Amino acid sequence: MNPFTTHTGMVAPLRRSNVDTDQIIPKQFLKRIERTGFGQFLFYDWRFNENGLPNSDFVLNQPPYNHATILIAGPNFGCGSSREHAPWALMDFGFRVIIAPSFADIFYNNCFQNGLLPLTLEDPDINRLFDLTTRSREWALTVNLEEQTVKSADGQFESHFDIHPERREKLLRGLDPIGETLLFTSAIGAYEKYHAVPLVPSSL
Amino acid sequence: MATLFEKIWDNHLVREETAGQSTLLYIDRHYIHEVTSPQAFSGLRETGRKVRRPDLTVAVMDHNVPTSDRTLPIKDEIARRQIEQLAKNCQEFDVPLLDLHHPDQGIVHIIGPELGLTQPGMTIVCGDSHTSTHGAFGSLAFGIGTSEVEHVLATQTLWQARPKTMEVRFVGSRPFGTTAKDMILALIRQIGIAGATGHVIEYTGAAVTALSMEERMTLCNMSIEAGARAGMVSPDHVTIDYLQSRPYVPQGAQFESARKQWLELATDPGSVFDRVVEVDIRQLAPMVTWGTNPEMSAPITESVPDPALETDPDRADTMRRALAYMGLTPGIPLNQIPVQRVFVGSCTNGRLDDLRRAASIIKGQRVAAGVRAMVVPGSGRVKRSAEEEGLDSVFKDAGFEWREPGCSMCLGMNEDILEPGERAASTSNRNFEGRQGRGGRTHLVSPEMAAAAAITGHLVDVRALGLEVRS
Repeated sequence: MNPFTTHTGMVAPLRRSNVDTDQIIPKQFLKRIERTGFGQFLFYDWRFNENGLPNSDFVLNQPPYNHATILIAGPNFGCGSSREHAPWALMDFGFRVIIAPSFADIFYNNCFQNGLLPLTLEDPDINRLFDLTTRSREWALTVNLEEQTVKSADGQFESHFDIHPERREKLLRGLDPIGETLLFTSAIGAYEKYHAVPLVPSSL
Repeated sequence: MATLFEKIWDNHLVREETAGQSTLLYIDRHYIHEVTSPQAFSGLRETGRKVRRPDLTVAVMDHNVPTSDRTLPIKDEIARRQIEQLAKNCQEFDVPLLDLHHPDQGIVHIIGPELGLTQPGMTIVCGDSHTSTHGAFGSLAFGIGTSEVEHVLATQTLWQARPKTMEVRFVGSRPFGTTAKDMILALIRQIGIAGATGHVIEYTGAAVTALSMEERMTLCNMSIEAGARAGMVSPDHVTIDYLQSRPYVPQGAQFESARKQWLELATDPGSVFDRVVEVDIRQLAPMVTWGTNPEMSAPITESVPDPALETDPDRADTMRRALAYMGLTPGIPLNQIPVQRVFVGSCTNGRLDDLRRAASIIKGQRVAAGVRAMVVPGSGRVKRSAEEEGLDSVFKDAGFEWREPGCSMCLGMNEDILEPGERAASTSNRNFEGRQGRGGRTHLVSPEMAAAAAITGHLVDVRALGLEVRS
């Protein structure tokens, strides 16, 4: 996983609550067996009309938002299905940071596995961001994970965000989480010695 | 004094939480399916890692599979590749697999319990959010993403921050004509789809202990629709009775010793939860969703709500958007909404008892003109048992399609989907936009309510049909 330290990019506003993972990446695109190539299907039913042409009303079809790398959304972003294809699609499209008042648990966790930063800010900050990005389309933010700050270059916005220290550390270092856990192999083996679990027969 | 959750958590600590690091939790059972596992196996292959405990892992094909004639080749090339990939991965990594042609193949959350692979006290994960279903047995069961699937395959553990606990106490007994589905829809309506974020729910109250295991699974299944990490019910004699005859549950003296341990897992009286929510079900009526997420529901006796009466502007906007998608006008009585499709199935309501209850409404009736209705049994075992009881004839005689097991129209990954604008009464768990097919409109209901809608051609209060409903 690539480390995340700071990121500067353009911001797109998606002013909707409870954006579920079925919207982020509809089910007909979950049949691929790779981790890549999902960006073309991101928000598919919102981005494209039934005839397959782009829906010009949707924010990510409106230049320059289509080049945004930071997404602002309403509360409970990423609810529903556990599909990790959702963060894969967001990253493949180009997003590096999602800012919302709150996230659903599984999606939140999946983001960290992929170096995508889900960042929570309070409602008043989110509302200001919606206003600022709607007013000025070519508007950029810098997210600094080390300092835990979000700032705009023009000085109009500045805020501090909270994040669990362990999550922050893992993103900053961009480590392979399985490799890290395998350092505890002996502890896992020791636990298994006294923890009996009913086995699954090799042939069911 | 400890809760069920605390007892299971404390029993699975490979490494306790430290200042800078969360808990390393041991996983007893890992269920796998074809859609969220291929990238995890690729990861293992790329790093030269093995599956640490294939003997604690079970794979099944369910999400993507056709529910039509299985002797025919799968038409969808990409779907076929994904299904074949699971078979290849299981063979290469020695993981036991129930493939498309196995007699016990079915939805992962149905086959685990019915085979007795899910047992009380276990930690259970699967790359699927409805893993919470298994909590009905008094296990800690939750959905994970594909990276964590790979992590569990390689290490049989997960790093976990300790979730908060929430007691959901149902007050009163369940009225005639209502089901576990109505109980969980009522909870989600009350606390909202993010109402239990960060929490593990334990369902309590006389109305919960009175539920069968199949009904408890329906209840726990939709915990995720309230945002919960997991949902669970303390083991009791109902749990034990269900498990006794299951193929992979220990037998004889071993069962007796397991029984004692399982019953000891139940939450001790006087234990403290981080949060307590009471849901009064004394006036519960059959529930139906009218919007595009599971909190947008109402009793069938009510009308489509009016966004103009909603004071919060963001909520009003969300409601308006939902009603526009659903093609509904505020004020229309819910029991006048016509449906063109009916779906009975899914990990929420695809078990034998669900089929029996739907069949009890259907018996001797006909599906209304202009309605296409289908039953998709949750597993091969469910299907065979139903056929032994003659339920397939009840459905087929009424004009229902009787199909092969799988997730089917719950998420519409195969060809079982709604056409744009089509409206369905569905026993599944999510009414998100496009979930059952682009432009499709989903109303979540119980199996009884779905059956009643099939007969009348519109959403209807099953209690008003004058038919016998099993309470």
